[in-house]
Amino acid sequence: MSSRPFSNVRFSRRQAGKVAAGAALGSALVGGIPASRIFAQATPAAGEAELEIFSWWTTAGEAAGLDELFKAFSAANPGVKVVNAAVAGGAGSNAQVALQTRLSANQPPDSWQSHPGAELKARYVDPGYTEAIDDLYTEQKWDSAFPQGVIDLITVDGKKQLVPVGVHRGNVMFYNKEVLEKNGITVTDAWTMDDYFKAADTLKAAGVPALALGSKDTFAVVQLFENTLLAALGPDDFTKVWKGEVGWDDDRVTTAIQNLARYFDSVNSDHAALTWDGAADEVYAGKAAFTSMGDWLYGDATAKEKQDAIGWVNHPGTDGAFVAVIDGFTLPKGAPHPVNAKNWLIAVGSKEAQEAFAPHKGAIPARSDADASGFNDYMKWSAEAFGKDAVVPSLAHGSAASPQFQSAVNDAIVSFIVDLDVETFQQALVDAQSDEG
Amino acid sequence: MAQGALERPAARAGTPRRRLIPERLLSPLILAPSLIALFIFVYGFIGLTFWVSLSNWRTPKRDLSLIEPLWETYRRLFTTTRFQIDIRNTIVFTVFFLIGSVGVGLLLAIALDQSIPARGLIRNIFLFPYALSFVVTGVAWRWIFNPDSGITLLLDHLGINWLLGKVGLGPLHVDWLISPRILGDIPMPDAVKAQIGIPVAMIPVIIAAVWQLSGFAMAMYLAGLGTISHDIREAAALDGASLYRTYKDIVIPLLKPITISVMIILGHISLKIFDLVFAMSGKGPGFATDVPGIFVFEQTFGANKYNLGAAASIVMLALIAIVIVPYLARSLREVER
Amino acid sequence: MNASLTPVQARPSRRFGFRRVFLFLVLAVAILFYLMPMYVMVVSGLKDAADVSIDQMWNLPTSFTAGGFAEAWRQLSPNLAQSFLLVIPATIISSLIGAINGYLFSKWRFRGSEVLFALVLFGMFIPYQSILIPLIQFLDRIGLYGSLPGLIVVHVIYGIPITTLIFRNYFANIPYEIVEAARIDGAGLWQIFRQVMLPLSLPAFVVVGIFQFTNIWNEFLFGLTVITNPRQQPVTVALNNLSGSFSVSWNVVMAGAVIAALPTLVIYVLLGRFFIQGMLAGSMKG
Repeated sequence: MSSRPFSNVRFSRRQAGKVAAGAALGSALVGGIPASRIFAQATPAAGEAELEIFSWWTTAGEAAGLDELFKAFSAANPGVKVVNAAVAGGAGSNAQVALQTRLSANQPPDSWQSHPGAELKARYVDPGYTEAIDDLYTEQKWDSAFPQGVIDLITVDGKKQLVPVGVHRGNVMFYNKEVLEKNGITVTDAWTMDDYFKAADTLKAAGVPALALGSKDTFAVVQLFENTLLAALGPDDFTKVWKGEVGWDDDRVTTAIQNLARYFDSVNSDHAALTWDGAADEVYAGKAAFTSMGDWLYGDATAKEKQDAIGWVNHPGTDGAFVAVIDGFTLPKGAPHPVNAKNWLIAVGSKEAQEAFAPHKGAIPARSDADASGFNDYMKWSAEAFGKDAVVPSLAHGSAASPQFQSAVNDAIVSFIVDLDVETFQQALVDAQSDEG
Repeated sequence: MAQGALERPAARAGTPRRRLIPERLLSPLILAPSLIALFIFVYGFIGLTFWVSLSNWRTPKRDLSLIEPLWETYRRLFTTTRFQIDIRNTIVFTVFFLIGSVGVGLLLAIALDQSIPARGLIRNIFLFPYALSFVVTGVAWRWIFNPDSGITLLLDHLGINWLLGKVGLGPLHVDWLISPRILGDIPMPDAVKAQIGIPVAMIPVIIAAVWQLSGFAMAMYLAGLGTISHDIREAAALDGASLYRTYKDIVIPLLKPITISVMIILGHISLKIFDLVFAMSGKGPGFATDVPGIFVFEQTFGANKYNLGAAASIVMLALIAIVIVPYLARSLREVER
Repeated sequence: MNASLTPVQARPSRRFGFRRVFLFLVLAVAILFYLMPMYVMVVSGLKDAADVSIDQMWNLPTSFTAGGFAEAWRQLSPNLAQSFLLVIPATIISSLIGAINGYLFSKWRFRGSEVLFALVLFGMFIPYQSILIPLIQFLDRIGLYGSLPGLIVVHVIYGIPITTLIFRNYFANIPYEIVEAARIDGAGLWQIFRQVMLPLSLPAFVVVGIFQFTNIWNEFLFGLTVITNPRQQPVTVALNNLSGSFSVSWNVVMAGAVIAALPTLVIYVLLGRFFIQGMLAGSMKG
């Protein structure tokens, strides 16, 4: 037992020592990021040993696609260590928690994955987390490499803020070829909502659910809604309604919501228990006819070796419109390795990288000059549409409206699935818009 | 003699000691680092959260100016149907979960208290679920309660459904987890837009939670049972008390302090619950399994309505305080004795 | 060993047989109920990707392969090491702090210490997702962000309330006479702690150790946000990353869940009896 004075202070000294050690160890563990941040600003080309990329592409095709992007970067920047800071959990949950906490602590990665449009603006540009990259666009001649519709989506308040890499289509309906054949139903890209409901009636009479829905994934139902809304409003007014230039109390919106309710006349009974891929399984097996999903479903079908059983068509009534779900990367403000970060963007914006990325991810390259010869049948169809259709943003994937609006719609949809009340849902949309202020 | 009271040591044998710091100050001084740390990490952050709940911060862009009128966010919170549902759900969950875990825990402890073979192994089996993470359990139980595949399928495989069909009770199709039904409808004033009853979808979640945490309650009770000396029970037996009466009238009342501890620990877990529900059923059909923990998570990181998320957090804290503090007070008084 | 757990002697009676049968029935049903989900997890983990689907969840695997375990192990093993590096120091430190605090709150009270104790306890109740952002910003400001020591510090601090509670209740059951006697012998605060309380407190350490090990090992949110480098994150975060953003290979995920749970299960088997015995000595009373 010590009789030394202040022997009890031993304790708090221990804690102080712990904090200091922690800080030192911490700096060492993260590869001296604080140090290199200082040096990088002083001498741009020196001392940047790493590149840290944040995304939510953690498995299978997504991870393979991301790898291709890393390869493209490493080929042009040998000697830089690429740190894959991916977190699973999609755009709405765990990955967002990780990213948002990092940004709020001023510890951004060197780049992160984002959708363009409203989410980009609200989450990253407005709070000041990103740098505009207009000069990069000019330097890399990207203004002519990407379709105008895409450029519009990645431009926020007049400045370009994202480099788009891959494009998924959101307004697709996949179907089981055999089921449709057996029931004498043919579909073309030009079909309308009435055509769909007629087909649904036939199918219902034959005892087959027309639509396989996985309503456990709220976004699946939101997608269904926005595609139906697109059919009712057409691409121009669809773009306008998100900006408040067309009111949510419009009659056509009412029609769209009524149609949304009508889907449930012939839907799989267990939709509340299924995620979107569970619903897709039902279509692969012929237990339901159609399913409405973005074209990552095709990747899922390929992985399960079912891609020959299904066909695809654009969502009824949306011919000529392409709901774009675009993934891209940002340039952070205060990136730990600014030179590498810029080079990363140059790499992922390149034709070669995007061509390598696309087949793994199941998306089409964002660049319009990409070589389409390696595409599978689905991608060929999608790329062709992308080239000529009007490109519109998606609500379900953050491009069309702010996170607050999206959250309000999500909540309203959860209630709608249960009560199919058109009025309440429409009112919720009106309220959400006025909340936006 | 008061316990723990500081006294000057009386005349003593042994080396006289000089202390630079009077003993009176020693205790608070040593506690100081913990207190300071907690002051920052608990009360500081709660204070910050409270400020945010009163602020205008409704978008990813930080805005800590105070909102006008001050209670606007809280007013909004309590008039949001979804949050009203959350409060209903958390009350239902907590009540049944506590009854379930405490009851099952006690029963298992009593069962293990009897002479049975392989007691250690069986006890471990009941304790294992507690070792798992909530997320893992959530996924497993989601499968089990899947309407077409889980228990229903098991009942089919085991032939139980066939039996039930023969008896006329029909095959059991357990679709609780996806059912938006609410049992009961207690009349409430108009401001309460949520239907007040027991959501059917909550039942599987409660079962899963009881499965996971009743082992902990059982362990606490086992320990307590161990301290109830053999003599007391022998005496009761000699007096002619049946096993049932022995437990009911003697053992269980002696276990009251443990019950209080269990209530405190499990109670605050259940009011904060998030991972398990999120992994198992998410918000549930029509928000049937939505809980404030999920609401806070979604408003903060999904909708980025920071002030609303903060307000909901404060409400959660208040709820916990209201429920737990009485138990805490009782617990502290018990220890005094 | 389990001297105090001697079971109540069942009185011989006509209903003796019935009671035993009933007991065994209840236990059997309980055992099945408790094992059911783990059966699903292990069995799913052992299947090949093609066999894992929700409508086959009860079937045993058709072939004897490692199923998803190989892949899950490959992805999780670095993070398992990280979890150990996190949990062991955090548990030891928070137990020690709890022991000291509990000792002080029970045997060296001062004016206002009961209030302080209640305030300490209240720290148990905060929902982590509510304070995540201020926590991260503060950690960054003091230079602990993004590192394992930072995460250890976080867990130690948030573990103080519960460990203090457990130790305080435990020590409260040790009669003050013992402390009194030591004081008369001339022992000071620390001496009494080291020579009187510590030797008696092994059961409490076991309880707190198991409790903290479990909580910290299974914790997810802090592990996700305090450490940013995926290779340094604890195994719970790595487990989450086994699920893709859109579609999931369940055999790998389930196998991963089993692997991630193994260390805690092993601790329970090894120390389980101490857990009960520890509480035995009255640590959990009141």
